[in-house]
Amino acid sequence: MTDETSEPTEPGVDTGMEAANDLGEFRSLRGDVWRQFRRHKGAMVGVVLLVLITFGCVFGPMLLPFDTKTPVVTNANRGAGWPHIWGTDNLGRDSFARALLGGRISLAVGFVAMAVSILLGVLVGVLAGFFRWLDGLLMRLTDLFLSLPLLPILLVVIVLFKKPVQDSLGDGLGIFVLMVLIIGGTSWMSTARIVRGEVLSLKEQEFILASRSVGTRPMRIIAKHIVPNVLSPVIVAASIGIALAILTESAVSFLGLGFPIELPTWGRLLNDGRNRITLNIWLVAGPGLLLSATVMSVNFIGDGLRDALDPKARSQG
Amino acid sequence: MSADALTQATDAAASPGDREVLLRVRDLKKHFPIMKGIIRHRVGEVRAVDGISFDIYRGDTLGLVGESGCGKSTTGRVILQLEAATEGTVEFQGRELTSMRGNALRKVRPHMQMVFQDPHASLNPRMTVASIIDEPLFEHNFGPKAERHAWIEELLRLVGLSPAHANRYPHEFSGGQRQRIGIARAIALNPDFVVCDEPIAALDVSIQAQVVNLLEKLQDELNLTYLFISHDLSMVRHLADRVAVMYLGKMVELGPVDELYDDPQHPYSQALHSAVPLPNPVSESFRERIILQGDIPSPANPPSGCSFHTRCPVAQPECAQRTPEWREISPDHWVACHFA
Repeated sequence: MTDETSEPTEPGVDTGMEAANDLGEFRSLRGDVWRQFRRHKGAMVGVVLLVLITFGCVFGPMLLPFDTKTPVVTNANRGAGWPHIWGTDNLGRDSFARALLGGRISLAVGFVAMAVSILLGVLVGVLAGFFRWLDGLLMRLTDLFLSLPLLPILLVVIVLFKKPVQDSLGDGLGIFVLMVLIIGGTSWMSTARIVRGEVLSLKEQEFILASRSVGTRPMRIIAKHIVPNVLSPVIVAASIGIALAILTESAVSFLGLGFPIELPTWGRLLNDGRNRITLNIWLVAGPGLLLSATVMSVNFIGDGLRDALDPKARSQG
Repeated sequence: MSADALTQATDAAASPGDREVLLRVRDLKKHFPIMKGIIRHRVGEVRAVDGISFDIYRGDTLGLVGESGCGKSTTGRVILQLEAATEGTVEFQGRELTSMRGNALRKVRPHMQMVFQDPHASLNPRMTVASIIDEPLFEHNFGPKAERHAWIEELLRLVGLSPAHANRYPHEFSGGQRQRIGIARAIALNPDFVVCDEPIAALDVSIQAQVVNLLEKLQDELNLTYLFISHDLSMVRHLADRVAVMYLGKMVELGPVDELYDDPQHPYSQALHSAVPLPNPVSESFRERIILQGDIPSPANPPSGCSFHTRCPVAQPECAQRTPEWREISPDHWVACHFA
């Protein structure tokens, strides 16, 4: 079941093939992971694509010679052409620049909400799986969150807290924080369940027992043995989570409760362009394409990371 | 109480050769509760270990044999305080362990370590060999990094691996090599006592001998004391100084290895012994096997009296009534049977 380097050796000192290489320093995990990650073609494509999209969204609107805010009605509803490669919207604004602008918020919401959701999910999952006495409580909490209808909650929370949070943090940042917390706080449950299941089976493995027999404290066991071994499903959950967060944000924006109108997001652009798709398909296809490309590259990166973090896949790759 | 009798007997220097008792187990019990229903109430218990008493002398190897599910592994884990004992005491180097908690217990742990059964599950697949062996060293502040690494390389040599292996991951090794890594980890902190929980059961026969020889070599070099848990009677005979036989959570016989193998007293030991194939074809053809009838009873509901009476070839009516006493029939040879 193991590879050919692991034939049983004779008793006594095994002068393996690497005996000659004198190791001053033991191999570092980070170096190994990076070496393997670079070999994963899809992941490298994903990284390049994601970096391109991110840079485009951050710097693009500044570099393009278009005003993304002021309406120019005479310029409205142009099809794709020059200089507006994706045409213009109903107010005459360049839709390519608008799509890049929308990416700023969508990407930020996607990544931060995913981080919140994964952190919460791993925390709850590990605690529930590792500490028996917390299991019932935390899993019932998870069930509770799963049974909550997301949209009504979102509406209520936004209506209740939008004003005070915006007052203290400013319009844009306020709604961003609120949005990220709500999306992250309502999407951690599947991660928690996956992680709990993994932890339950890991906990019975003998290497955990070995660690306990040394007297390792629970928190260090979790950090050194449990978390590294649940990373694979977590990374998969994370790459799906980003897409989910971006989509949830667009759903909220569609209901008119998301970001203010002057801050476009991919979701809002899609919804706005929906009615004019026959006039200019790029109103929808543009942001949609960017959204799909982002989700895809994140999935590729997740795939590459998962392989790179698994020593078994590493030695075969 | 039989346990008191045993304590008195050993205290009265009845132990042969006045050997130092490293580990003294008295009346040890481990019952796992059976929970049922939505409110998880206790409906019974599995008596995995049900009152066993024995001593292990320093430098000795006690073999612990018995069939699957008789409580051998649980005994090992309860001794190392990896499971809390339900009752009874474990005295290690004169210190009572079952009442110890937290830091006090943590300070004792380096002195007693464990080698595990499954070499595939006992090493964290995401750690290199070096970091696996480093864990106990790091946890118990063995020294600065360079010193630890030098010791890890030394340990790898000691168990017959090359220091060049330190940077590899467990899946790059064969079962026997992994077991060596597990042994290196177990002896990293210079323990006095090592519980070997079926360390060879998952290995090929050709590798078993290597690992057993390694264990013997280390015992000589490092003055280790072993509790060697196994169901391989021939290996136990080869390695152990004394052997204990367990059945259904109880010890049925304990004695010096030659005495127990040549002249087993308990009917269960006799049956076990008769199941060992002999290398000589002539004597093998005359070997009389005692075939036990029936299955091993559930430890959740053990038989009354002598727990072996349901399968015992020489059982009498009284065996179902009276629990046999754990008594010493000859120096250092203990049996729990009315008729031994």
